[in-house]
Amino acid sequence: MAKYSFQLNGRPVSVESWDPAQPLLYLLRNALGLHGPKFGCGLAQCGACTVLIEGKAARSCVTPVRQAAGRAITTLEGLGTPEKPDAVQAAFIAEQAAQCGYCTNGMILAAKSLLNQTPKPNLDQVKQGLAGNLCRCGTHTRIVRAVMRVANA
Amino acid sequence: MDTLSLVSRRNLLKTGGAVIVSFASGALPKRTAAQDVGAATDLGKPLDVHEVDSFLAFHADGSVTIYTSKVDVGTGLRAAMPQMAAEELDIPIERITLVEGDTALTPDQGGTGGSTGIPRGAVEVRQAAATARQAFLNLGAEQLKRPASELTLLNGRVRPVSGGAGIDIGTLAGGRRLALKVDPKAPLKDPTRYSLVGKPQPRPDVPLKCTGRNSYVQDLSVPGMLHGRVIRPPAIGAKLLTVDESSIRGIPDVRVVRMGDFLGVVAPDEWAAVRAARELKATWSSWQGLRGSDGLERFVRQSPVDRSEQLVNKGDAAAALAAAPKQLSASYQWPCQSHASLGPSCAVADVRSDGATVWTSTQGTHGLRASLSKIFGIPEDKLRVIYRDGAGSYGGNGNDDAAADALLLSKTVQRPVRVQWMRHDEHGWDPKGPPQFLDVRGALDAQGNIAAWETEMWLPSAIQGTRPFLGVDAAGMQQARGQNAGQISQNGDPPYAASNVHVVVHWVKETPLRISNLRAPGKIANAFAVESFTDELAAAAGVDPVAFRLRGLTDPRAIAVLERAAEMIGWQARPSPNPRALQGDLLMGRGVAYVRYKQAENYVATAMEVDVDRATGKINVRRVTCAHDCGLVVNSDSLRNQIEGSILQTLSRTIHEEVTFDRSHVTSVDWASYPILTFPEIPAIEVALIDRPTLPPLGAGEASTAPIAAALGNAVFDATGVRFRQVPLTPARVRAALLRS
Repeated sequence: MAKYSFQLNGRPVSVESWDPAQPLLYLLRNALGLHGPKFGCGLAQCGACTVLIEGKAARSCVTPVRQAAGRAITTLEGLGTPEKPDAVQAAFIAEQAAQCGYCTNGMILAAKSLLNQTPKPNLDQVKQGLAGNLCRCGTHTRIVRAVMRVANA
Repeated sequence: MDTLSLVSRRNLLKTGGAVIVSFASGALPKRTAAQDVGAATDLGKPLDVHEVDSFLAFHADGSVTIYTSKVDVGTGLRAAMPQMAAEELDIPIERITLVEGDTALTPDQGGTGGSTGIPRGAVEVRQAAATARQAFLNLGAEQLKRPASELTLLNGRVRPVSGGAGIDIGTLAGGRRLALKVDPKAPLKDPTRYSLVGKPQPRPDVPLKCTGRNSYVQDLSVPGMLHGRVIRPPAIGAKLLTVDESSIRGIPDVRVVRMGDFLGVVAPDEWAAVRAARELKATWSSWQGLRGSDGLERFVRQSPVDRSEQLVNKGDAAAALAAAPKQLSASYQWPCQSHASLGPSCAVADVRSDGATVWTSTQGTHGLRASLSKIFGIPEDKLRVIYRDGAGSYGGNGNDDAAADALLLSKTVQRPVRVQWMRHDEHGWDPKGPPQFLDVRGALDAQGNIAAWETEMWLPSAIQGTRPFLGVDAAGMQQARGQNAGQISQNGDPPYAASNVHVVVHWVKETPLRISNLRAPGKIANAFAVESFTDELAAAAGVDPVAFRLRGLTDPRAIAVLERAAEMIGWQARPSPNPRALQGDLLMGRGVAYVRYKQAENYVATAMEVDVDRATGKINVRRVTCAHDCGLVVNSDSLRNQIEGSILQTLSRTIHEEVTFDRSHVTSVDWASYPILTFPEIPAIEVALIDRPTLPPLGAGEASTAPIAAALGNAVFDATGVRFRQVPLTPARVRAALLRS
């Protein structure tokens, strides 16, 4: 089995996979025990599986592990903890911007990616920045409020 | 290199028990003896709904565990139920943990549906808490050698009203069970003394969800577990003919499971199971038993009627209609819709020689256990069904089917099996919200009031028994063949004064796809028809839509919500329609709708402002206001969250959603073919909660969905002068109708 090495939440890791096309998502969840990223569609349509690769949002359900090799990957767990959430996580908690929470991973990381590129987005930029992330519970207004809270901080 | 340290997540399975989330200011669940539920000591606890110990355990350290079959599917019950119990017991909410949906530990308070989590689930727990409160006062009286009437409960301690340290309830309970019947007459706390109920209470799951630490069923791993995938046929009724296992020879350690027409794969590696399911070559018989979604209305209206049920018969609607100078009639259509859960259904099953455990996100652990027990021949006391969080289900999505798939596979391969559906499985095979067709006729009297009203509905009939599980069906095993989509005929009559009203439902025998309850079952479509038609009558009378409704209302709670929603949107009284161009092709309008949910519960009114692009047919919802009265408000913030979500999800259902199918199978199988509302489309939302602290609390996960579709249709009519009676109001449909007008 081939071995793939990358940075994960600031630490070097390596995983083995029998298939170089195996999406990063399955290795993160199963081999590496990180459950922040979720399987939603496997089609890059919903964003539940989002991770940051070099600080930019990427869909781990369609990212082959071989493409992750040598890169710096951040998952939701890598941002902060319930005791010490990062600014975006803290804003989501303050706005209670979740219902079932299945999309939350993608929302926070898409927001993180947006804020990395545009530190002070306006309302439209936030909506456009999250346009590719789906929420079925209808928590959108709170999610937008949480991101604006960071943007206006 | 350090791989292992990342794997060292807390093993939630150590005790084999339920998920515990506590209110430790967002910290990971703290483990105390009290919270070590699922351990052998908790098994065998009382489950009878008449026993206090079934609902509550008082631990020596002063902490309290609540046990309930109602589960929090993202609705906030995990905060609201402890709020109500903590209030009644006068203990800090941080001391409470909640165990949800575990057939071995929680009393059966029914499944989580029909907005019953609070009005039944939490109210029963509250009564148990009130009983316990009295018991503690009596125990305290013995210990403190003072009459109970001179004692009170404060901050977890029984103490003299006149002051003094008192004694804490943990010490009084001494870690023992109370062995008390729930006293239905145990006095409840006076609502004017509430300090927790009615206030915003942060939900304990939110910090976990925002940091990747919440434990979902999808995350569960059991020692020796295999990953399973089920291969559904390319046509719904197709038979499995051949399977060529050599087609997946290159994928490691896959085992193919074939049983009748059931085809599945299991593998230690999840990706191997995914690829095997995708690449396994199988041939199936052809099947074309569907009529196709394009002919849905004809199919349903022509389906044989099982029985017609008269729901309302007041006065003589037919005679009044015939006598009226002017009759109006209209037909409304609602399509099949999917629960479209963001994460596909998932379950883990472990069938052992001495019984079985199933972890699932089902909304009905006890009901699911009963069905699976019968089908698989596992006695109920040997079959434990445990709820774990999943993606929002909004009713009966694929979760129960996934549980049966997992059980079938685990039983066959004699290993624990985790089954997660793929996206096309969930969209293609979840049981659907049923299609609904309504004809409405009405007439106004000389004063412009409603003189007569008739509603005629065509709905799929309910068939006794549980819905057949897909996997069980394919495997050719015996099971019930029931059908039920919930209380889908409610809210078919107008909530306004009318002396002649007739409502009949034709329960039709055939329905194209499997159906189940989908959030606010039936009531959104029925309210869409009733409240759209009310608007049509108002327009015919040349009366402002709010004024027209107010004329027919006498209940002050109804009037209060309607006036409030209108006031918040800045309603200008005038008749509809009033097409006016905002700029270029953009037409702007506003609409309103009012519903008393199930004609007996919440009062909800909503108003909205939309613009419609004449060139593209695109509807842009600018603002939505909602006034909501559900009696006693428990957690004001998660109530708002539910209302906001109800509004947005129903806008999505109204503008975008329709399950399509051809002669063989569902063709809307992903987010491209079944689009939902996205961020650029969301309106500004303003919610007003009308709290009635002295009234019982009603559920609030569904009611505010009910007026949304109608308010949207009414706003589009106001903007364009064109009445839309068929959902979804897609740009193509709107544009075509505007071109015709």
